[in-house]
Amino acid sequence: MKKYLIPAISAAGILALSGVQADAREYKIGFIGPMSGGAAQLGQQMERGAKLYMKLHKGELGSHTVKMIVRDSKRPGGPIAKAAAQELITRENVELITGLIFSPNAMSVAPLINKSKTPVVIMNAGTAFIPNMSPHMVRVSFTMWQAGYIMGQHAANKMGCKTAVSGYSNYPPGKDSIAAFRKGFVASGGKVIDEIPMGGPAKVPDMTPFFQRAKSKNADCMYVFVPAGNHAAAVAKTYQALAMRKAGTKLVGPGDITQDTQLQGMGSAADGVVTAHHYNMFLKSAENQAFVKAWQAEYGANSVPDFVGVGGYDGMAAVYAAIKGANGGKLTAAGAMKVLRGWKYNSPRGPISIDAETGDIVQNVYISVVRQKGGKLVQEIQQKFEAVKDKCKELKLGKCGKKLY
Amino acid sequence: MTSSTGTPTGSLARSVQFLQRRHRFHWAEIIPWILAIAVFYLLPGYRLLATQILVMILFALSLDLIVGYAGIISLGHTAFFGTGAYITALMASNDIPDPILGLIAAAAGAAVLGLVSGWVLLRTTGLTLLVLTMAVTIMLQELANDFDEITGGFDGINFTNSEILGLIELDQLWYSSSYIYVLVVLFFGFLTIRTIVYAPFGRMLIGIRENTQRMSAIGTPVHQRQVSVYIISAAIAGIAGALWVQVQGNVTTEVYTFELSGEVLIMLILGGTGRLYGAFLGATVYKILESTTEQVLGTDEPYWQFAIGIVLILTVLFARRGLFGIFEDIVKKFKGASKGEVQ
Repeated sequence: MKKYLIPAISAAGILALSGVQADAREYKIGFIGPMSGGAAQLGQQMERGAKLYMKLHKGELGSHTVKMIVRDSKRPGGPIAKAAAQELITRENVELITGLIFSPNAMSVAPLINKSKTPVVIMNAGTAFIPNMSPHMVRVSFTMWQAGYIMGQHAANKMGCKTAVSGYSNYPPGKDSIAAFRKGFVASGGKVIDEIPMGGPAKVPDMTPFFQRAKSKNADCMYVFVPAGNHAAAVAKTYQALAMRKAGTKLVGPGDITQDTQLQGMGSAADGVVTAHHYNMFLKSAENQAFVKAWQAEYGANSVPDFVGVGGYDGMAAVYAAIKGANGGKLTAAGAMKVLRGWKYNSPRGPISIDAETGDIVQNVYISVVRQKGGKLVQEIQQKFEAVKDKCKELKLGKCGKKLY
Repeated sequence: MTSSTGTPTGSLARSVQFLQRRHRFHWAEIIPWILAIAVFYLLPGYRLLATQILVMILFALSLDLIVGYAGIISLGHTAFFGTGAYITALMASNDIPDPILGLIAAAAGAAVLGLVSGWVLLRTTGLTLLVLTMAVTIMLQELANDFDEITGGFDGINFTNSEILGLIELDQLWYSSSYIYVLVVLFFGFLTIRTIVYAPFGRMLIGIRENTQRMSAIGTPVHQRQVSVYIISAAIAGIAGALWVQVQGNVTTEVYTFELSGEVLIMLILGGTGRLYGAFLGATVYKILESTTEQVLGTDEPYWQFAIGIVLILTVLFARRGLFGIFEDIVKKFKGASKGEVQ
């Protein structure tokens, strides 16, 4: 009897599995992002990116469908995002959570999903150590270290900057960003002479006093990090108003300060700004051109995608990959992670992959410069760094080197 | 209370009777607690939200004590909420993870801040006071953001509590034990506040609210009384802050935002100030509108601020005593007609 037991069970298992496969399954996933308040524009970008992917890749899952339930995280802090996540997991029975613009949103959700074993795909939140907080998380966006470190090297090696000042919004991504710049800049022989905190991320402060202080240092380069959104326009305008370019200080930073959705509003002030980033809409690849075209067909010719939108798009690509991997069965954390850790994809931003060990994104970083062309601002790519990993985890700095669960 | 037909002694007797009767429990006062227990069983998927509502009720109650009873308007009550929150979180992340100890320390810390800030600030009134209270909480927020080696800054800190009394774990997915824990603390917090407002001390506060000069004239040490109630209120707000972060296992600088101060004030105004149960109603309505408007309307567009705005405008225009005031009016309509009772 015992002899036949195992074959019998496996036969039953195969039958059951094939039965599941034939059924069309609806995969419910939860999407948490700021849909109202000051950061609503970011939430909208991310949601648009995600929905665009869903629309363009409808047939990919065969008979299975995906239902995305959107919840508003409202504020950058944890409580509302966490309550939304709890409700999504326990009431709506979602099998995966994605979205997450602000780092505290993602961090507050981590203990919850560790308990429920729900896989998470982070589409934006950029504080370096977040993926260390859960074995069930992967990130498709970026870390501050990817752009900051490379910008530091580039400023010293290619732009002839010997001294630099940094200005940053005073919160962890800002501190990450200038720390990365400092590391890259100093490693290439530069010297950072001042680091200026420039208010918080929630409200746009008057930038003048901070830039005045930077100007008085007479540095060759000024590296600025501010969160994507309304801060960026204020940076370019203040830089121009104080005539710092004439004074010989070049403005550099991560691509957050030349975010595509803000760029045209900056006018001539942004001309000549050099940034390091993983995406801008002027990338020449066929994938990106198709992406921008599809975006403008869907959301209007005046609407432009930026790196947050691409985060949403690629995040949804990762979600689809995980669902394909589940093959009609339930989407488990273990199953999703098996697919996603080590996952490779040809994104509009170039080839990306998820580091199997850390769960973090590996991607190209581009150095680009803003130019005026035919009354519009465009970003020209000057240099490309391929398959850049998160430096913070590579160097095992602070929390980046620790397991946090 | 005094009726024109009663004799002076009769009138006095009725006044005394009124005062004595007021602090007695009415049978209807059990309703919110029954509802709270019903929510626990009926809506397990909303339990974290429900727990957050309970904490907000306690926070709004603490604010009611100063705004509704003592007439001290504050836009900076998060100073105490946040201080309680950070004290608890920092204790838990530095090897003192006992939740009860956390509550006690939070209450003590917030009370000390209440004493220090109240002693100075309560010498002012009106707009000055409003702005100064706001300034205190914004300063604290900047401090919390700046000292990110300790506080984790904007990203905050995640921490885990130990079991309550070494027995009950605060569960991080279904929030069943958390809900009951918060409900119990809220119950005792409420009893404390209820006792205070019906005690002579509470009556004195109402006197100060209504006519400060007159209370001074009859010998009440107004400033001292105001500071006392400010400290009590601060301690309770500190406990609310501690509960808030204990349940979530996470603290960020959001607990110090003056927006949260404004929100809790709106909750209180929605529900009705100076009437205890106003806080229950206001916090519940606000939080439910905040988190379920889109779901009820079946849309992804964010309409919650719109919904809260409309309710708030209607309340301010047509129900000056808040939503609970409407409820009182209805009760009075039914009861007043039958008993001829005037309150």
